Amino acid sequence: MFKQLALLLVITRSRSLVRRYFVVNGFDGALTMLGIITGFYVSDRTNLSVVINSCFGAAIALGMSGLTSAYMSETAERKKELRELEQAMLENLNGSAHGQATRLLPFLIAAVNGLSPLVISLIIISPIWAATLSLELPFDALECALILALGILFLLGAFLGKISGTNWLWFGLRTLFIATVTSALIYFLALP
Amino acid sequence: MSSLKRIELDVLKPHHPNSLDFSSMIAEKLPGARIELTVTEVDEKTETVVIVIAGENLQYETIVEAISNMGGSIHSIDRVEVESESELLKPVNSEEHV
Repeated sequence: MFKQLALLLVITRSRSLVRRYFVVNGFDGALTMLGIITGFYVSDRTNLSVVINSCFGAAIALGMSGLTSAYMSETAERKKELRELEQAMLENLNGSAHGQATRLLPFLIAAVNGLSPLVISLIIISPIWAATLSLELPFDALECALILALGILFLLGAFLGKISGTNWLWFGLRTLFIATVTSALIYFLALP
Repeated sequence: MSSLKRIELDVLKPHHPNSLDFSSMIAEKLPGARIELTVTEVDEKTETVVIVIAGENLQYETIVEAISNMGGSIHSIDRVEVESESELLKPVNSEEHV
């Protein structure tokens, strides 16, 4: 099954697309969580369950948005590509790997697109959950979540740097800088 | 009974998988076979290739299936080499040598 999936990714040249969706939406998820948590951090550190529910709501919405939007757009694009290829080949390609890719890849891409922000968001809010379960944390729960968000954003940047074959540290630091600027904007612009 | 030793096919295929992947995937289905692929024409979305497959006891259905699975379409069989197996498989009888 994995071999066939690899073949489908090769013939449709979708490997880089899947990677791009993972990073772009993962970045969305991490930055959204960073924004929400920073917002709570600069306000009156309300009840942790309110923070969790807000973050969880945003994570679910990001996941659903990623899942459905990618599925619909990929299905439409793949069908168009298959139709054009069939016209060029003067043959029905439904039984070929191209036809299989048209049916299966939208699910895979939608899953990556939806799960990437959802899973990353859940990882970021995990220290806040831990705090509600009275688990001991090295810092304040919101601070731990913020550090985790910054760390994940750095790793996503480093991953991009590794893919591009250039300096991963430089890419990681660039995404970290973007995240820091975002947090700073929220910190200084938020109402006291 | 005969066995297919060599076949030359004129095939229309999409650009992807590329020639290397295309021939490698055919080779995977035909262990021990030797595949030679030559691109003869390139269009916007397709390319025409000549595939020469050589090996022992090649299964034509397997070749067709492998090519179709990758979106290829066989236009013609341009050359074949078939060997009769009956003589080769016949057991050696000592009386016949006398």
